[in-house]
Amino acid sequence: MQSTWWKKIFAWLDERLGLNELYKNVLDRPEPLGTWWNTLGSASLFLFLLQGATGIFLTVYYTPSPDHAYDSIQYIMNDVAFGWLIRGIHHWGASLMVLVVFIHMLRTFVTASYKYPRELTWLVGVGLLLLTIGMGFTGYLLPWHQMAYWATTVGTQIAGSVPFLGDFILKSLRGGPDLSALTLQRFFAAHIWILPAMLAALIGVHLYLIIKHGESHFPDKED
Amino acid sequence: MSGSNRVSRRDFIKVTTGAIGGVIAAGVGIPSVGYLLAPALREDKAGKPVLVANLANIPVGIPYPFSFTVTKVNGWERTASVFGGFIVRKSESPQDLLILSSRCTHLSCRVNWNEEAKGFVCPCHDAMFDIEGKVSYGPPPEPLGHFEYEVDAEGNVIIIPIEKKGE
Repeated sequence: MQSTWWKKIFAWLDERLGLNELYKNVLDRPEPLGTWWNTLGSASLFLFLLQGATGIFLTVYYTPSPDHAYDSIQYIMNDVAFGWLIRGIHHWGASLMVLVVFIHMLRTFVTASYKYPRELTWLVGVGLLLLTIGMGFTGYLLPWHQMAYWATTVGTQIAGSVPFLGDFILKSLRGGPDLSALTLQRFFAAHIWILPAMLAALIGVHLYLIIKHGESHFPDKED
Repeated sequence: MSGSNRVSRRDFIKVTTGAIGGVIAAGVGIPSVGYLLAPALREDKAGKPVLVANLANIPVGIPYPFSFTVTKVNGWERTASVFGGFIVRKSESPQDLLILSSRCTHLSCRVNWNEEAKGFVCPCHDAMFDIEGKVSYGPPPEPLGHFEYEVDAEGNVIIIPIEKKGE
């Protein structure tokens, strides 16, 4: 059979990139258990990508300054085509991601999948959970409305109640003793650059470990 | 497949997947593009007619000063700018007007009518324009700009607030 031009292009690329091998190892792995509980990790990954995409879109209009943050979000909601949709997905996706990541962790705990040789997968996962909560905490301030302002005031005060180091932690989070433009700016930086970069890196490690070890055996009566 | 009218299971799946994928791609793509292009697709509000004066108050032959405010809305920011000009009635006829901008064509200072000199004097660089807006002397490179206008039945003077080059 005469191969079509796109098959030739694919063969050329495959020979150099190893696409088929990649596909086999990453997407065509054996999943012997086939339970829906094992899809929560993929769901978390999907939500991370969705939050990334909608978040990038939001930065097209959002302005992280006390003078403009609230107005720029009102503009997204009322004047930009589909702005309500993109912000809505980002808003609800955030809560959903925390929820899904948490249930994913519960599943891993209940099925004892964190045991040898998957301890590191679990530890990296703990980091991912904390980073996800960090994303929620920093993102919550960005609308700069009363709820955001006071939630962050209280949240940073709680962090400030740590013995000895509390005052330093509070000032580091707020960028000074008060909630100010500096707080909004550093929360924005953390929310769109620092935490997502760390999340992406740890997701890479997490995925590598999952592909390396495969699905865990679920405990049965004999365990 | 070949020689058969029946759609094979494999082909059916292919077509259905493609169709559903297309719907999803459109569902994601259209809002995305609309979102990014929204500000570019807005109707340009510049040039909305403005009522500036009534002929009953304007003497013939003496430039009558007026001013108006144009509010520009860009995103969530509103910028109000005040513009000014002079209505010159050349005769009693309600359509025989010249509406000049008061913005000097040299460096955009505001010119004022000087009754003794019979000209629009610019306070910045000693320039003067005559009653038709032509440069009498000084550095301005071209005559004063003017506005297009309409006069309605009650004598209201309505201008299009876009400065046109003077002749």
